[in-house]
Amino acid sequence: MTSGMLQLKPECQAQHDVTDPVICVENLHKVYDLGEVQVHALRGVSLKIFPGEFVAIMGASGSGKSTFMNIIGCLDRPTRGTYWLDGQDVSKLTKVELAHIRNRKIGFVFQSFNLLARTSALENVELPLIYSGVLHEERLGRAREALRIVGLEGREEHYPSQLSGGQQQRVAIARALVNNPSILLADEPTGNLDSRTSIEIMEIFQRLNREQGLTIMLVTHEPDIARFARRTVVFSDGKIRRDAPVESMADASLVLAGLPPVVENENEEDRA
Amino acid sequence: MDYAAVLRVALRALARNKMRSVLTMLGIIIGVGAVICTVAIGVGASNQVQEAIRSLGNNIIFVAAGSITQRGVRLGSEATKTLTVNDAKAIVQQIPFISKVSPGVRSGGQVVYGGENWFTGIDGVTPDYLDIRRWAVMRGSFFTQHDVDSAADVCVLGLTVVQNLFGSEDPVAKMVRIRNIPFRVVGVMAPKGQSPFGRDEDDRILMPYTTVQKKLAGIDWLNFIMCSANSQRAIAPARRQIAALLRERHRLRPDQEDDFIIRSPDDLARAQAESGRVMTLLLASIASVSLLVGGIGIMNIMLVSVTERTREIGVRMAVGATESDVQNQFLAEAVVLSSIGGAVGVILGILGSRAVSNMLQWPTEIPIESILVAVAFSVGVGIFFGYYPARKAARLDPIEALRYE
Repeated sequence: MTSGMLQLKPECQAQHDVTDPVICVENLHKVYDLGEVQVHALRGVSLKIFPGEFVAIMGASGSGKSTFMNIIGCLDRPTRGTYWLDGQDVSKLTKVELAHIRNRKIGFVFQSFNLLARTSALENVELPLIYSGVLHEERLGRAREALRIVGLEGREEHYPSQLSGGQQQRVAIARALVNNPSILLADEPTGNLDSRTSIEIMEIFQRLNREQGLTIMLVTHEPDIARFARRTVVFSDGKIRRDAPVESMADASLVLAGLPPVVENENEEDRA
Repeated sequence: MDYAAVLRVALRALARNKMRSVLTMLGIIIGVGAVICTVAIGVGASNQVQEAIRSLGNNIIFVAAGSITQRGVRLGSEATKTLTVNDAKAIVQQIPFISKVSPGVRSGGQVVYGGENWFTGIDGVTPDYLDIRRWAVMRGSFFTQHDVDSAADVCVLGLTVVQNLFGSEDPVAKMVRIRNIPFRVVGVMAPKGQSPFGRDEDDRILMPYTTVQKKLAGIDWLNFIMCSANSQRAIAPARRQIAALLRERHRLRPDQEDDFIIRSPDDLARAQAESGRVMTLLLASIASVSLLVGGIGIMNIMLVSVTERTREIGVRMAVGATESDVQNQFLAEAVVLSSIGGAVGVILGILGSRAVSNMLQWPTEIPIESILVAVAFSVGVGIFFGYYPARKAARLDPIEALRYE
């Protein structure tokens, strides 16, 4: 593993086809230089994620999973090692090039939704398209379609403050989907939601994964949430400790069906 | 990212904090308004001076007979007898800068009409004198070149003379007597009011200079020659050439003083206009200091805004905004703030100078340039003071920004 940088694997290279990995990282290191001390957040991580996978990244805080997530999301660059995204080496791109990659290939969903306040759901979803230079008419159409997919048809003009937590997170998912990314990165997407709404969100992820073949990488520390994924990768001390398929994957729609019905839709806001 | 979208985003961001946006603009509004007002007042005053200069005549060069020293006694001006009609002809023929001349002879006397009489000055001139002074005839007509050639007994009266002799009666075609010589009134001059030097320009009678020479003054020389230069810029070289020509014609030796005096009356007025311009410039630059203060206000608010919206910046970067996208967004906000401020300031400045005109009766004029400069300057202030906050926003680390509470 230490000489991994020299062993360039052919399937990670530029001639990319559907069966090649979406994400291929080799011997990834990240060192934060804090002057006096150097913090090794990642100590040689190698991982492949193939199209259509639904991977849960788990680990305690400080295990390096957030750092890994930031690098996979092209928000940060590795100190050492290589990262191929869709067959393209993105570990040494400039900031501007990384911004373009984030715009076209990656969809983010955050724990705290991170919607723009006093901006309608539709305009929030439009945001990535503005930065990829899509024209107004097409932007509107695609944003509406993304909102429809997450079940928010008719809420286009609502402001985040008029939506429940679960609905806000669904707007965020629509925003992540709107540019047809290669991979959707969800960082503790259910951390601010109650258990029922959490399962509703997981139901959307599972549906997108199953029906559209969307590749999803989900960071969570809740085993209850991780069981909705197909594969679990556990981090600790900056290394991958365990990488295994989920043995009995839960189906969110079945779990939801088993829960007692909700009386009023508006009550979601109280629980959010 | 297209400009329309950038502009829309900026406008929406500013609309979210209306009170703050308005207060931020206030500095620019006051600055631009003050600059436009002071410039309007300054230009208005300068126009008034220009108008006064214009009323002095058509680029006048006034050549008067000089003082002479006879056996140690210095006689007053217009005392020499050396200035002649031929000098006047030579000036207009030989100096290309001079377009018109009128020989002039001065006299004065008691004018009598019926039972009324009035003492006034009498200027003997030619019809060109009217153009040179930019004067006009109100009633009747001016005398003709033929009247000059034949030394006819005709005269044109100033309004003050008419009021004192005729009252409300129409003087045209009436006869007035000066030193018992009857003169036919052919016209009345339009009122000119006071000269810039306080003399009543309407208390005057004009007649052919030949008539004054022969019948009233009994002289064959001139008291003055009124010349008109082609343009304002021709005045100075024309003065030098007239001096040289007259010295030559009068056969003056280099050690002899001029026997004539040349004046161009708008020198003084022009100096006055110049000092007015300097004053306007000074006031406008003081006013523009408040534009600078307004710009600092914008920078301050933009810095606060960048800090407040750190998370928004993080989100925008995460979904694909480049550094320059973020920078342009904040720059656009600053420029929109300052441009709207500038536009409101222009309106306020226009209203303000109207108010000054109406309440203080000061003439004001807003040159279009001052509006353009004010607007350009406020956009410039926005760019200059918006740059640092925008740069700060663009340099944010998206990871840090997303984590910001």
